[in-house]
Amino acid sequence: MRTYTNSFPHGVHPPDCKYTADQAIEDLPLPSEVSILLSQHIGAPAKAIVKRRDEVMRGEPVAEAVGFVSVPMHSPIAGTVTKVDYVLNPQGLMSQAVQIKLDPDADQEEIYGTPRDVASLSQDELISAVQATGTVGLGGAAFPTHVKMKPPADKPVNTIIVNGCECEPYLTTDFRVMVEDAEKIITGIQLVMDAMKAKEAIIAIENNKPEALDIMEKAIPEGAPISVRSLVTKYPQGAEKMLTRAVLHRDVPSGGLPSDIGVGCFNVATLLQLGQLLPQGRGLIERVITVSGGGVERPGNYRIPLGTSIRYIMEQVGIRPEARKIISGGPMMGMSLSSQDIPLTKGMSGLLVLTEEEMRDGCGTVYPCIKCARCVDACPIFLNPSLLGLLARKGRYEEMAEEHHLNDCFECGCCTYVCPSNIPLVQYFRIAKAMNREKEAAK
Amino acid sequence: MSTEARPLIIGSSPHIRVRQSVPDIMFHVCLALVPVVVFSVWTFGISALLLIMTTVIACVATEHVSCRIAGKATTIGDWSVTVTGLILGLTLPPATPLWMAVLGSIFGVAITKSLFGGLGYNCFNPALVGRAFLQIAFPITLTTWTPPNLVGRFASVLPSTLTMPFMRSDGEALQAYVQRALEAGGVDGWSGATPLSLWKFSETPQFEELPRLFMGSIAGSAGETATWLIILGGAYLIVRNMMNWRIPVGMLLSAFLLSGAFWLSDKSAYPSPMFMLFSGGLMFGAVFMASDMVASPMTTSGVWIYGFFIGIVTVVIRIFGALPEGVMFAILLGNAVSPLITSATQPRTYGLVRQKNG
Amino acid sequence: MSALIIAGAVMLVLGLLLAAMLAAANKKLYVYEDPRIDEVEAQLPAANCGACGFAGCRAFAEAVIRGEATPGQCTASSAEIVESIAEYLGVDAGVGEKHVARLACAGGDDVAKRFAHYEGRYSCRAASLVAGGGKHCTFGCIGYGDCVEVCPFDALHLNEHLIPVVDEDKCTACGNCVTECPKNLFSIQPISNKLWVACATRLRGRDAKQACAVACIGCGLCAKAAPEAVSMDGNLPVVDYDKNEFAVRDAIEVCPSGAICWLEDGERIIGEKAQKALDKWFNPPPKKEKPAPEVAETSEVSG
Repeated sequence: MRTYTNSFPHGVHPPDCKYTADQAIEDLPLPSEVSILLSQHIGAPAKAIVKRRDEVMRGEPVAEAVGFVSVPMHSPIAGTVTKVDYVLNPQGLMSQAVQIKLDPDADQEEIYGTPRDVASLSQDELISAVQATGTVGLGGAAFPTHVKMKPPADKPVNTIIVNGCECEPYLTTDFRVMVEDAEKIITGIQLVMDAMKAKEAIIAIENNKPEALDIMEKAIPEGAPISVRSLVTKYPQGAEKMLTRAVLHRDVPSGGLPSDIGVGCFNVATLLQLGQLLPQGRGLIERVITVSGGGVERPGNYRIPLGTSIRYIMEQVGIRPEARKIISGGPMMGMSLSSQDIPLTKGMSGLLVLTEEEMRDGCGTVYPCIKCARCVDACPIFLNPSLLGLLARKGRYEEMAEEHHLNDCFECGCCTYVCPSNIPLVQYFRIAKAMNREKEAAK
Repeated sequence: MSTEARPLIIGSSPHIRVRQSVPDIMFHVCLALVPVVVFSVWTFGISALLLIMTTVIACVATEHVSCRIAGKATTIGDWSVTVTGLILGLTLPPATPLWMAVLGSIFGVAITKSLFGGLGYNCFNPALVGRAFLQIAFPITLTTWTPPNLVGRFASVLPSTLTMPFMRSDGEALQAYVQRALEAGGVDGWSGATPLSLWKFSETPQFEELPRLFMGSIAGSAGETATWLIILGGAYLIVRNMMNWRIPVGMLLSAFLLSGAFWLSDKSAYPSPMFMLFSGGLMFGAVFMASDMVASPMTTSGVWIYGFFIGIVTVVIRIFGALPEGVMFAILLGNAVSPLITSATQPRTYGLVRQKNG
Repeated sequence: MSALIIAGAVMLVLGLLLAAMLAAANKKLYVYEDPRIDEVEAQLPAANCGACGFAGCRAFAEAVIRGEATPGQCTASSAEIVESIAEYLGVDAGVGEKHVARLACAGGDDVAKRFAHYEGRYSCRAASLVAGGGKHCTFGCIGYGDCVEVCPFDALHLNEHLIPVVDEDKCTACGNCVTECPKNLFSIQPISNKLWVACATRLRGRDAKQACAVACIGCGLCAKAAPEAVSMDGNLPVVDYDKNEFAVRDAIEVCPSGAICWLEDGERIIGEKAQKALDKWFNPPPKKEKPAPEVAETSEVSG
């Protein structure tokens, strides 16, 4: 088989559409109220520690972590808690959220938290400090960062891959933070390396972002074991599994984590937050998102408090009447949102507002599979999506998982993207996985 | 701000798609075939035009009727059956009676495609099965060739074209017609054979000149003669990413290598590899029939195996078989083994250790 | 001619030989099977629905003959057939009370808003994974009829507002709809359980009402009207069917939205108060401004 230097085999090349790459990150005015969902991450939902009418400072914790795989939540505004109740979440379901109303008289400049000397902290202290910041993977998966930083004792992590690929079309947040805050990212990298006792860090950036490559290269301090690697632009390079193959030419074992091969993958935005929050002793209260797409009047990169409703963001940037679909994340893996009342969560890396024109590709007549094998040639995991789709239509979900490695699929969407028959393959796979999980749970 | 005027649309990711659908692909295959059709009509006259039109109409009608019988919405809009009709017409000898063409179309589309569930579920190329059926049912007619560029080919149809169904086609009338036309054109002597059968069945092997093979002024099936136009059409499809280039390349390469080996062993008995590539239906089969997506394997390595397999079988049939032409059966054999090839060549899933029994 | 005779003879001998082998095998490998199994199985509906709790009709027939099950456990068979099986085997029919599937939602498109338009595979299961399905009430029925698809007895049909309606005569309580529904809204209930909470929302008050006109708003009036049988769990009333005799119709008369209803012969009966509120909701008095756009939007969405 061909050896791929600086990329991985298969995958697709969707059009870049990075229209907002030149827009500097901009702060939006504080919203008048926020809803902090208690479950914005993978793992146990946080538990609210405030109640109705409580006054909170900006950055003050409003919910605590429950167990290790969980993170606390912090209030992004100074104000009063109005209620803890059900709110529509990005998955389109109701879940608990702390709702806070902005107090116009309160001091919005002062942020909760005390600066500390991170260098003096022990490994364990550092990891609990990371948990206390409430940081999760900001690339979209929202996996708690401190959990990643504590791999099993028998699997030491030697290499840290810093994910600056941003392979999804439209999104430019990672690019912007690299260009604007390279130093703090390096601080974050060094903190994580210390905490994990890693020997080297590789910053992986796709070669369609030469400016970021340049700036990151320059930001690395003399003698630090950190290097920058330029990768051939391809989707889904930002996925951990693809990234380890592209950078280290090694596979993450099926069903395993990168730590199984001594690798830790972190998104640049996550590391930036760590680099900022840890020394200050603060919590994660805002994030940078790309707002783009044909349905937006002022596309750009915005720093927005978490919990801000999408409706408020749309009012600020201007939504055109022809907007038909709002997507949280990129167009390949993002979730379409059912309502503008959903609050911004930690895992949202972008908001795409697509018009009828832009998404017409997504909905066409479904033709039978003509076995053109484009999905087979696109699947970065080397599955046979065509066959899986056929089995899914017949409802043979268990066979899909047991004999055809359905569970290795991470729903990158390449197969569906290239399918000339418009078969909703990824949707089939999601249904199959959900059904299998249900069956498993019933046992 | 009337942001809530219309409800938002929700759907499953990915939210963008490649702008190329099945009808697009099939339509472009038809487009790639147009020059071949035009050339065929130019060399073989009005009979070829009638023949191709008949197969296309018969195939489309068969599909439409089958869909109606099955109670489904008609699928003729996806152009795939038009491709079948065009290919079937182009693989038949120009003098084929129209009723046989209709019969072949019905057999190919109804039995091979519709009965199996329509587009995507057929395990054999319907056009090829239709042709194979005719070849077996009417072996003489299907090996009766007419010379190219006959005088008066646009003025009158060949006598065999309009014979009544299930009547013995009058071979002598056709021969007399051809003879007359040849004399009118000032040509005498026509063996009534394609370059392949000339080589295979003559007492001393005769080899047609390569340029004539390449440009297509030879006898043969309606669409297989114009090698250069076929290559052009194939190149168009490859550039538009509507065909897997590995299939024709693999097939031609293996045919070239194997026939080259034979040729080197005895240059007087075996034709040169270039002759092999440009004669008969090899080029047409490689570009338009073997590359049929539905009936070819799905893995990259599998596609190479498939191409090599067909190429080798073609040459073996041509050299050792009773027939002068082996492309059709070679491709059908390839179609038959392609599911097997697909499952045998399934690549290793990312992150999995290859199991011993695959 | 002789070739023909030889061929015929060879075939004859071969046939006899193989027949003998088969006959021998039949004797040697014969396993005794109770002939009654076939008899009972022949009478069963052969739907293999699994409502009896056994893996298909044959397994059930075997269990009945072993005495591990009673013929009446087959809910898919009519009373006559059950009786006939019981008579044939000389056992007690053991007919239990008829059970039917019931849906804990009444929010059709006429009363419950769809605020997003789902595009993709037309199935509840698929839609529920895409932003919950697009219905304003994320707990309620999506209405794409997955349950109708899996019902082997044609007992489920979507009404004009895309809410499945159970045909109680045809329903055999096989439970396919219970497992199929992605929102887990179906349950199997004895037909005598008539007081029914047709709502699954976890919201209360205005939030619930905004999403659906027949949503339970969690007021708890029903629990006060029938305190022995109805209690509140969070915002939703729960009927304790062990005390079914206390589950009186008073409960539905006090309900302001019709979320708690009375099921009689497959009819969903709601209280007068709720009916009035619903009528008002459908035809709001012209003077009031607020509800008007809501209704207009709803009709647009559902249309």
